[in-house]
Amino acid sequence: MLNINNLHVKLEEEDKQILKGVNLEVATGQVHAIMGPNGSGKSTLSYVLSGKDGYEVTDGSATLDGEDILDMEPEERAAAGLFLAFQYPVEIPGVGNMTFLRTAVNSQRKARGQDEMSAADFLKLIRAKAKDLKIDAEMLKRPVNVGFSGGEKKRNEILQMAMLEPKMCILDETDSGLDVDAMKLVSEGVNALRDAGRSFLVITHYQRLLDHIKPDVVHIMADGRIVKTGGPELALEVETNGYADILAEVA
Amino acid sequence: MALTQSKLDATEARLAVLAPGGGAAWMQAARDDATSRLRAMGLPGARDEYWKYTSPASLIAPVAPKAALFASDNVPLFDQIDRLKIVFVDGVFDADASDDLTLAGIEIDRLEAAAAADIHWAKDLYGVLETRGQSPVQRPLAALNTGFATDGITIRVTGKAAKPVSLIYQHKSESSDAILHHVIRVEEGAELTLLENGPAAARFNKVLEVDVADRARFNHIRAQGRDHERQAVTHIFARLGTESQFKSFTLTVNGKLTRNEAVIELTGDDASAHVAGAAVGDGDFHHDDTVFITHDALNCESRQVFKKVLRNGATGVFQGKILVKDGAQKTDGYQISQSLLLDGDSQFLAKPELEIYADDVICSHGSTSGAIDEEALFYLRSRGVPEGPATDLLVLAFLAEAIDEIADPTIADDILARLEGWLIRRRG
Repeated sequence: MLNINNLHVKLEEEDKQILKGVNLEVATGQVHAIMGPNGSGKSTLSYVLSGKDGYEVTDGSATLDGEDILDMEPEERAAAGLFLAFQYPVEIPGVGNMTFLRTAVNSQRKARGQDEMSAADFLKLIRAKAKDLKIDAEMLKRPVNVGFSGGEKKRNEILQMAMLEPKMCILDETDSGLDVDAMKLVSEGVNALRDAGRSFLVITHYQRLLDHIKPDVVHIMADGRIVKTGGPELALEVETNGYADILAEVA
Repeated sequence: MALTQSKLDATEARLAVLAPGGGAAWMQAARDDATSRLRAMGLPGARDEYWKYTSPASLIAPVAPKAALFASDNVPLFDQIDRLKIVFVDGVFDADASDDLTLAGIEIDRLEAAAAADIHWAKDLYGVLETRGQSPVQRPLAALNTGFATDGITIRVTGKAAKPVSLIYQHKSESSDAILHHVIRVEEGAELTLLENGPAAARFNKVLEVDVADRARFNHIRAQGRDHERQAVTHIFARLGTESQFKSFTLTVNGKLTRNEAVIELTGDDASAHVAGAAVGDGDFHHDDTVFITHDALNCESRQVFKKVLRNGATGVFQGKILVKDGAQKTDGYQISQSLLLDGDSQFLAKPELEIYADDVICSHGSTSGAIDEEALFYLRSRGVPEGPATDLLVLAFLAEAIDEIADPTIADDILARLEGWLIRRRG
């Protein structure tokens, strides 16, 4: 599904290398987690994959189902099936959540050569999906993320994911700012989307999210590289001993 | 203070090419008074403080600069609304194209007919509200209008108007120079919706005097025509009685030069005045909203909401003032003027002013100028919305607060759709 090969990335504005040769392969249907200390490049990886400005790829490649995504516009990557659940979802005053979602769904359908979804079908679908995530009609009507609590914003991200049905989902610290109940709700939303044809890359600081979203593979990232890869037990090791031991071991 | 020679010359040069208007004695007196007031103040010049951001040169020139006609395939705005149509072609009333001027609850006369009558209700308003609006700031082009208006309409509303009155301004001559003056009185408890649309003329000078009596409502929606080269200066002078409501929204799309002045006086307690505008300009576009709201009664509310989207060197101007007079307690005044600059060549010049002589009031104002929010744009694109439509969505979101001032949702949707069309055409 997702293949990242020797990816080197620096900031465009300053001469600072952030990713220093990331290698990662997420197979179809798998859930991978990336853990790592602050500043290790986890969020940068998610932004570079989704196409945010401000980063320069100096070497390496990233493909989605064999297609080079690094040369694509962000919207093309989305239409190809990539989705990033933001760590800090953006507030957009003046744009209704519903309008935003319908525009997004239909833009992707159009890009894939499918017919636009009718207003009635869309409404039916979003109502059902919103209900599962305990998102009420009022939240759908409000401007995108404006006045939403931290938990509401994250649930809104998962709602977008559910509506857009991407094949490769990247979750950037989706657990940050969530209380236990909200984390459970969000995790259930994610787990409901787990599917043999869909892959996940879950970026997190903490093991606790992985209690809810069980990964197949866990990677530890440090200083712009994946330094260790293992099974779910690796996350438990981090939880018990912190990163210091692992980093010392691979140094 | 004596006028400078250049101002005197410019004023006399303009007056020399204007034909004296007709009418009964009261109208002659109003015109003569306006002309002498104009001579005393002189036409605006580039050095006038009130014209610092907008050059009046083409508005005061003896001959109007030509403006090419603009063909559009669009169905004109308001076509879906049942309304009484009054058509002006290059500033001249067109009886054949207009509806019959009779409507339950309303008295409508062409200005010419009102002016010819020895006794007419408009006598108490024509040039009267305009004169009141000349202090503390002079508005010479409005005085010129009162002195030399060639046509217009008078509307007196005594009940709830059965349907909106719609003034349609067609532009068919490249060199037309139109001066229109309308007078409206909404009597106690009565209600009127006034629609205005169309480019009007190569150069257009319009005055609208509106007297909104106690508990009356006046709702005004205007769209200024899309002709690229047209020039316009318009004034609204409104006086509001107790518990009355005044709402005015203006959409401006294109036009080389537009100066819209709104001068509103809240004279009765518990009155409310909302003035809003959405302007979108590309290239050779200069749009100026100049607003002066005077609170002179208790517990009144006023709102000014002006949004401008500018690109390719377009210029936006906002001069907005809230004056709260001594004793106008419990005033609630709000003013916001914002521009969205779609490139580095465009500019927005804003002069928000508050002048308050009462101590128990709430007044707030804000003015901002900025570019498209890159974070929001990336967020939309990351969800699959291409850059063009995503930008449009953000531009329309920026305009939303002004569009929200339109009470009628059908009209609001129509205006939004037209703005979207404009944006899409700009993207090519």
